[in-house]
Amino acid sequence: MISVDIEKKLRAYKGQQVLKIAAQFPSGSITKIYGPSGSGKTTFLKIIAGLITPEKGKITVDDAVWLDTDSKFSLSPQKRRTGFVFQNYALFPNMTVQQHLEYATDDRQWINRLLAIGQLETFAEHKPEYLSGGQQQRLAILRAMAIKPKLLLMDEPFSALDPKMKSGIIPGLKLLWEELGTTVLIVSHNPQELEGLTAREIEINLS
Amino acid sequence: MPLVLPPSVLGFYLLLAFSPQHGVGKWLHDTFNVQFVFSFQGLILASVIYSMPFMIGPIKSALQQLPLSLSQASYTLGKTERQTFINVLLPNIRPSVLTAVILTFAHTLGEFGVVLMIGGNIPGVTRVASIAVYDSVENMDYAAANTYSLILFSITFVMVISVFVFNKYKAKSPLE
Repeated sequence: MISVDIEKKLRAYKGQQVLKIAAQFPSGSITKIYGPSGSGKTTFLKIIAGLITPEKGKITVDDAVWLDTDSKFSLSPQKRRTGFVFQNYALFPNMTVQQHLEYATDDRQWINRLLAIGQLETFAEHKPEYLSGGQQQRLAILRAMAIKPKLLLMDEPFSALDPKMKSGIIPGLKLLWEELGTTVLIVSHNPQELEGLTAREIEINLS
Repeated sequence: MPLVLPPSVLGFYLLLAFSPQHGVGKWLHDTFNVQFVFSFQGLILASVIYSMPFMIGPIKSALQQLPLSLSQASYTLGKTERQTFINVLLPNIRPSVLTAVILTFAHTLGEFGVVLMIGGNIPGVTRVASIAVYDSVENMDYAAANTYSLILFSITFVMVISVFVFNKYKAKSPLE
């Protein structure tokens, strides 16, 4: 169980606003996070990953405390090891598809399996600049999965995929999530995009 | 400061700082038997101090242009800041690093004020090409001055052209 109760001040168009979220995510669940643009969805994911620290809050994962602002404790992103799919993919321009995955894990079999799920086997030696938008996005997903994360945070992960490719990759990912018991949080703008994939959803709004 | 200080002023202060008669220079001399004033080592040290900003500036600027998400992605994969710098950041600013190295070297090659102050003009020890040009002109030996100048000009010209060629073909942003 992941328990999040955080408060973060954000500078918005209307002045300073507060992102305030209290939610629980059962282990192995898939949750859709939605809300208007600029409502703090990406910030919320980054707070969970340890990339942004909120002014107030507590995050616990099972029995482990990841963040407790009262005791000024924040576990580093390296130790949280959350899989993170960035909205801009954040691929490393100097690395090929294969090298991206090798940077994350030494498990050759796992890498081959991921490449097959992402249908990127034939592009293993390609660098990001020679991949299409959809291929880049798939690589970003595979890289996040390479560390076998217990918690996967995905920021608009399917926005560049056509419906056919999306329906081709999602069953493979779901299988991996079930195997690993991964808890998945997916940010999405499109209400229809995740239909049938997520059973839970939370809306984020600034106050 | 080295960027805006007149080279002779920087050289003067380095001369005072590393003077074996007092302060840091005396301590270095007494403890390690090292003398930076009027020595080749001193020239190198002074050149590093003087040229450092020309190296740091382009590299810092290149690092700032990389998206923050690259580092963040690396951290979420469990990599330390050092691993991230070596494996992700540095390879993606390689063209800028190479450009900075070439330009800094070219700049160092033509130094005059700093090296004259801290190195003096000892033939075979601290006489550098730019000082040799000045010396030759002072002695009315224009042929020698011309030879030295031509050599310096050629080396610098090749370097600048190399930077232009390299930038044209290689140094585009990795994120383009």
